[in-house]
Amino acid sequence: MNAAKLVAMANQIGDFFAAQPDRRQAAEGVASHLRRFWEPRMRAELLAHTAGGGAQELSPLVREAVEMLRKG
Amino acid sequence: MRSLAERDPGTPAARSDRTVSLQIDGLPVQVPAGTSLLRAAVLAGVSIPKLCATEALAPFGSCRLCLVEVEGKKGFPASCTTPAEEGMRVRTQSDALARLRRGVLELYLTDHPLDCLTCSANGNCELQAVAGTVGLREVRYGTSGQSHQGAAGDDSNPYFAFDPSRCVVCSRCVRACEEQQGSFALTIEGRGFASRVSPGPGGRFLGSECVSCGACVTACPTAALAEKSLVALGQPQRRVATTCGYCGVGCGFEAEVQGERVVRMLPSREAQANLGHACVKGRFAWGYATHPDRITRPMIRARTSDPWREVSWEEAIGHAAAELRRIQAGHGRGSIGAIVSSRCTNEEDWLVQKLVRTAFGNNNVDTCARVCHAPTGYGLGQTLGTSAGTQTFASVEQADVVLLIGANPTDAHPVFASRLKRRLREGARLVVVDPRAIELVRAPHVRADYHLQLRPGTNVAVLTALAHVVVTEGLAATRFVAERCEPGAFEIWREFVARPEHAPEALEPVTGVPAALVRGAARLYATGGNAAIYYGLGVTEHSQGSTAVIAIANLAMATGNVGREGVGVNPLRGQNNVQGSCDMGSFPHELPGYRHVSDAAVRGSFEADWGVRLDPEPGLRIPNMMDAALDGSFRGLYCQGEDPVQSEPDTRHVIEALQAMECVIVQDLFLSETSRWAHVFLPGASFLEKDGTFTNAERRISRVRRVMAPLCGKADWEVTAALSAALGHPMPYRHPSEIMEEIARLTPTFAGVSYAKLDRLGSLQWPCNAAAPEGTPTMHVGGFVRGKGRFLPTAYVPTPERTTPRFPLLLTTGRILSQYNVGAQTRRTENLRFCGEDLLEIHPQDAADRRVADGDLVSLTSRSGEAVLRAHLTERVQPGVVYATFHFPETGANVTTTENSDWATNCPEYKVTAVQVARAAGRSAWQREREAMLRSPAGEAP
Ligand code: SF4
Ligand code: SF4
Ligand code: SF4
Ligand code: FES
Repeated sequence: MNAAKLVAMANQIGDFFAAQPDRRQAAEGVASHLRRFWEPRMRAELLAHTAGGGAQELSPLVREAVEMLRKG
Repeated sequence: MRSLAERDPGTPAARSDRTVSLQIDGLPVQVPAGTSLLRAAVLAGVSIPKLCATEALAPFGSCRLCLVEVEGKKGFPASCTTPAEEGMRVRTQSDALARLRRGVLELYLTDHPLDCLTCSANGNCELQAVAGTVGLREVRYGTSGQSHQGAAGDDSNPYFAFDPSRCVVCSRCVRACEEQQGSFALTIEGRGFASRVSPGPGGRFLGSECVSCGACVTACPTAALAEKSLVALGQPQRRVATTCGYCGVGCGFEAEVQGERVVRMLPSREAQANLGHACVKGRFAWGYATHPDRITRPMIRARTSDPWREVSWEEAIGHAAAELRRIQAGHGRGSIGAIVSSRCTNEEDWLVQKLVRTAFGNNNVDTCARVCHAPTGYGLGQTLGTSAGTQTFASVEQADVVLLIGANPTDAHPVFASRLKRRLREGARLVVVDPRAIELVRAPHVRADYHLQLRPGTNVAVLTALAHVVVTEGLAATRFVAERCEPGAFEIWREFVARPEHAPEALEPVTGVPAALVRGAARLYATGGNAAIYYGLGVTEHSQGSTAVIAIANLAMATGNVGREGVGVNPLRGQNNVQGSCDMGSFPHELPGYRHVSDAAVRGSFEADWGVRLDPEPGLRIPNMMDAALDGSFRGLYCQGEDPVQSEPDTRHVIEALQAMECVIVQDLFLSETSRWAHVFLPGASFLEKDGTFTNAERRISRVRRVMAPLCGKADWEVTAALSAALGHPMPYRHPSEIMEEIARLTPTFAGVSYAKLDRLGSLQWPCNAAAPEGTPTMHVGGFVRGKGRFLPTAYVPTPERTTPRFPLLLTTGRILSQYNVGAQTRRTENLRFCGEDLLEIHPQDAADRRVADGDLVSLTSRSGEAVLRAHLTERVQPGVVYATFHFPETGANVTTTENSDWATNCPEYKVTAVQVARAAGRSAWQREREAMLRSPAGEAP
């Protein structure tokens, strides 16, 4: 899948949850959204793409969420 | 005219808790106070001659046929305009009354042709029936009155004809157009004997204000206004109660037929969604069902460049199954999926998602709700707890304020629009939030109090600004919120919306809406009494579609406008069964009844019933399927009754994705844009050809009943079942009612639904279960489905789609009344006479800047591509904004829309595309390619 598109979609999700004041809850919100709505190959691709330098393309909040996903 | 066999009590039912008792011809009868004597008599089993009265319309008292005698009162009052009173004694028959009625009728007949035997109304004409009952034996003044006889007719409308010689000037048509439809297209011109019905302006139906809803035709007691199909074919032999196959209003119809041939579709008076009204599509545009373009034999081909080859059902199904299995063997279980049709029945949708979950073994199932109301599912699910409108349509009759956002009901949900207009004429206030001046901003006898004409893409900013006013001006319903909502979440939200940056003044530069209008609208919504929100795809089809839906729910909760009649949050659903397809689990993350696939207990109930293991991970959504096709991991698609090449955004991207697939199976009525890229074509059946149910925008489940046998030999559910069986998962249903039994068994909100109950009650609104055996008209009464209502902050994030010097205008898209979505059906009807091509609305200023004149062909370009269509200059759109319809594939409107989508659901952002408009030099590249392809052998049916 197109990694740039997945990154853009993930950041869009981050933009919504960023409005929530509790940072941890917001990151969990993003992680849970990815878990509940993204098909595994989309998540896998996002994780693979952002394992190295690609992580810089994510907003900080989404980066936290992606780390949560990585830990399972 | 309606059938005389239908009981017509003459005047509408009175709404009163007080009953009065009276006697009519010695028979005791009790009726609600305010009931007319005419209606009371009919309820007592006594029929009184009448001509100008009919149940659908307020009494008028013009024909003087319904006269009665009332003991103790002088004269002969008209029973249609005289209310029943306690203790009244009424006589409907006497020598004096008979004389009077004969006299009246005699005058009518002096000016009416007496050719009943060859008249299209013969047998169902009210004038004929009244003449029979009053016993008129001669017309003393002769029958050659020239006031109407010989007057020129008007058959300009494609569906009905006006023959003034048969008109009795009862005004039923005029009143139907005003009261039922709200179009005010007809007037009575002239006086006395010379008075005549006239459509204005212009005097002919076509080209007048008439929108061809047919209400006048239904109301007419004679053949003065008659369906052309009835004139051509004669009176029907039988009627079948069914449900319209077009839009989410879900109007009930009586299909009137001779044998298997439809004579006409008459809106059902009993159907709660429409109460006897209809629009041009459901009422008249059904001829596509027998159009010669229908494909009735299965077809296959190895490559999409090959011509189609007709094959047997066995071969087509066997080939499709073998291909799907071959792909899965090579590329994994997740390499195939399906698109469920929101045009098909609940039962058919159920089977397709079941096929995917059992035979395909994954969750790659999605529906066109992805491109319309998926954000509604997410947004209302997160806040209120379930994905559905909260009200019945009737609820609008109790609304004092209506907030209409991103919806254009007079075009897209016409029968609901008529109900809304009626309420507005009664005095309800209206706020319209829309970049365009939709008809309701200023319609006959309707004027919006506020029109917030925002820039496309700024819904969330406007909604948050409205909330800001509610919160900072102390207009929130604090008791309601304290009792019914999560307190912590409310506090967070309250603090969020109260921030100065969310004030209407601060957001005015972003939204383009004057702050004073936002403040006025917010105050009206919060304090004007029962306030109801209705919204459409102008809310959902944005990169922040889900956020906007959440903002709408926040606003309704904050003002206490949920959980009773007259209020609520009402998504106006697009397709006839888009609510149903969502309810039936046509989503890659949800099992039927909106239950997430990761829920082991829910999965367990399905696994026990279906005897398979279900995948606990969400599947691919339609746009994800397309993306996965391009990376090679998705190669097989079963596409039932959808045309993604025309309806999805960014057409070229969709075509590339389909080209990358190895097996595309299209099931449809006609060859479609998508079938050009298909390898297997399975013929579909129209709504007239099968049994099942549709669920409309008010969660109302109504029966669809078979009127004629499927032209291709199989209803759609039978085709899916055959494919499943060929994949090793037999589905041995004998009738759709057995599928409904399974739906009820496995879906708690449908537990109480059965065909027997639907036959008995007509329709049911889910949830329908032990707690609500006859269904649930209003949701969230006393508490929210999710327990406590949840507020969520809704930060405005501008769409990445911005205007640039190269693309300086914003394009938004929508539908018109006479055409329907991809147009596959309406383009194959006489509706083409109302609209035969897509139009681009452009402000005269923007047009002048580009030297574009009204009617010019213009090219519409975006970073995605180019479409060519005709320009229509109008101030409905604001400068800087253009608006296109997308009903005609040759336009390719979606060639220009982009890949942007809603953050939560991937619902495409159809409503904001940066574009440029210029006079067209010729056809677009896409049009030329398409034409070449259609001319090739691969483009034609064998
Ligand atoms: S068809 Fe409908 S809109 Fe047209 S004149 Fe009759 S009632 Fe009015
Ligand atoms: S056209 Fe029909 S409904 Fe209209 S005034 Fe004449 S008879 Fe009555
Ligand atoms: S309003 Fe919708 S459901 Fe009703 S007749 Fe028109 S298209 Fe059909
Ligand atoms: S029916 Fe009462 S006056 Fe015509």
